[in-house]
Amino acid sequence: MKEIYLDNNATTKVDEAVFEEMRPYFCELYGNPSSMHFFGGQVQGKVTEARERVAALLGASPEEIVFTACGTESDNAAIRSALEVFPERRHVITSRVEHPAVLTQCRNLSQKGYRVTEIGVDGAGRLDMEELKAAVDDDTAIVSLMWANNETGVIFPVEEAAAIAKAKGALFHSDAVQAIGKIPVNMADSQIDMLSLSGHKLHAPKGIGVLYLRRGTPFRPFLVGGHQEKSRRAGTENAAAIIALGKACELAGQYMDVENSTVKAMRDRLQDALMAAIPFSRINGGGAERLPNTTSIAFEFVEGESILMHFSELGICASSGSACTSGSLEPSHVLRAMGVPFTCAHGSIRFSLSRFTTDAEIDTVIREMPPIITHLRQMSPFGREHLKGQA
Amino acid sequence: MWDYTPIVKDHFLNPRNVGEIPDADAVGEVGSLACGDALKLYLKLDENKDKIVDAKFQTFGCASAIASSSALTEMVKGKNLDEAMAISNQDIADFLGGLPEEKMHCSVMGQEALEVAIAKYRGHEAPVHSHDHDHGPAYPDQEGTVVCKCFGITDIFLKKVIETNHLTTPEQVTHFTKAGGGCGGCIPKIKELIDEVMGARPEEPRKRPEKLSNMKKMQLIQEVLEKDVRPLLWADGGDLELIDIDGSRVQVAFRKACAGCASSGNTARMVEIKLRDLVAEDIVVEEVSA
Repeated sequence: MKEIYLDNNATTKVDEAVFEEMRPYFCELYGNPSSMHFFGGQVQGKVTEARERVAALLGASPEEIVFTACGTESDNAAIRSALEVFPERRHVITSRVEHPAVLTQCRNLSQKGYRVTEIGVDGAGRLDMEELKAAVDDDTAIVSLMWANNETGVIFPVEEAAAIAKAKGALFHSDAVQAIGKIPVNMADSQIDMLSLSGHKLHAPKGIGVLYLRRGTPFRPFLVGGHQEKSRRAGTENAAAIIALGKACELAGQYMDVENSTVKAMRDRLQDALMAAIPFSRINGGGAERLPNTTSIAFEFVEGESILMHFSELGICASSGSACTSGSLEPSHVLRAMGVPFTCAHGSIRFSLSRFTTDAEIDTVIREMPPIITHLRQMSPFGREHLKGQA
Repeated sequence: MWDYTPIVKDHFLNPRNVGEIPDADAVGEVGSLACGDALKLYLKLDENKDKIVDAKFQTFGCASAIASSSALTEMVKGKNLDEAMAISNQDIADFLGGLPEEKMHCSVMGQEALEVAIAKYRGHEAPVHSHDHDHGPAYPDQEGTVVCKCFGITDIFLKKVIETNHLTTPEQVTHFTKAGGGCGGCIPKIKELIDEVMGARPEEPRKRPEKLSNMKKMQLIQEVLEKDVRPLLWADGGDLELIDIDGSRVQVAFRKACAGCASSGNTARMVEIKLRDLVAEDIVVEEVSA
């Protein structure tokens, strides 16, 4: 069965050109980039090129790029470093809708005596900027806010938030894992100190990430024991993956327009058609500025896992904010923070497209999904009065 | 992705007996929209009002909730009420070829709906069911004190599920009932309930055997040290190693926190008492520094 892959916020296909770029660095050019011989040196040259390519996509300088193993590592490193460089500051600010890579760490900190403030969002998933302004004080070590939400695609005004943090001398970090490659960023014209990105969200392989570290930002490494990455991240470089990420970033820059025109148009067509065909549905975060590739739609009276299992029979891959898909028992913390009623949260489906998505795939989902919802609603004990007279 | 059996998939994709029975004799309703799954079960009885001749269901929930409901309706048809009451949640899971443990609460929901339906039909305590689907309790007809506030689950219900399924950890209880899966505030209380239920069943008192061959004796000494002694020492950060067994002389060396501990002599006596209780009266434990 050919897959219709609309789960690109979970992970993406490695671009064939990216794979070709990394291929020689396993069996042939396997040298250690740190070695003092030609064989390692030629790998070092490609790592340098990759660093330049990543920097170019971010509008950063190459020395501001620190390669890590994943977005989660970058997030952990950024927050821990801030607490180490400001030992007298005991306050951390984040949001209620962060990825667990940030949120779990902050909640662990609150058990270790740190004061942690989780800023709320409104019904459309927009950050409460007034709450943020009121929360930042002289005790705040770091403000960590995501650039774009993985579940809804809602974009936070991170530059504005960074200015608020900087005014009180706090560091500002952004988990930009979902944003990079989908919307333009420019660190040259920014107050953000640290930023995380993840390779596998932009058509590079899994297991490679970046911590962007603004020049002059005080930093204590998370991993020690080697001089790699200018002693900011010890451990032998994952050369092949770094080279792959460089290529992926170069391509992401080239496809940025496609992402914001063609991909966005397909996303809009998908959500418009589903909303029109399926009553009692709503777009989570529909009122906010969102990533061009993401839409999260809540279908009342049905449960998300059931929808995904029917999708799976047809080769359609998406994800759900429902409790049942994750093995946890409450629906997504993001949807709950937005005040999405439980009745909708359980039936929320996220579609996330990419430049590899085709119009034909979108057509298939538009054709196949309404009958699935109808079938499940007919089975459901709820909403029968509402749905009377509906298809 | 959940590893569902082909039977679960079949009952999910082709659910049997979906719908309502307008003149049903018994109706059982459990769960709510807020909880993420809900089941309404309809039963029709024969003219003697004993045998279930038809069963239908309406379910809101995940694949395993739908499959469990479908299985339940197939299982009860043709049974009389007493036979139906004997169906356990494990029977439903078995019918489906098994469920992932995290999904066992779906089978519990099925069993519960059946019990509620029959209890109501028989006119037992059946409080008026609130139709507040917004944040109503998962099992509104269940008596007792609410333990899990997130999912509205009572102590009586939890104790029943713990006992029937021999659950030993709060995590398992969450998988079977959802209790503790929200804010987690009730997990200490769930632990107490497990102790209450599982601790209540008296363990077979272990006795030392009448006669032992040398080989059996050595095996038993090793077994007691592994199962009864070392876990106790681990709890205090210590450990021991069996060095040698010569007839009834057991040589052990203490490790970690126990090594060099001033009270290791007492510990050696404790080991000796355990071995005398469970293996043979004449055991002598010697501490060696190997």
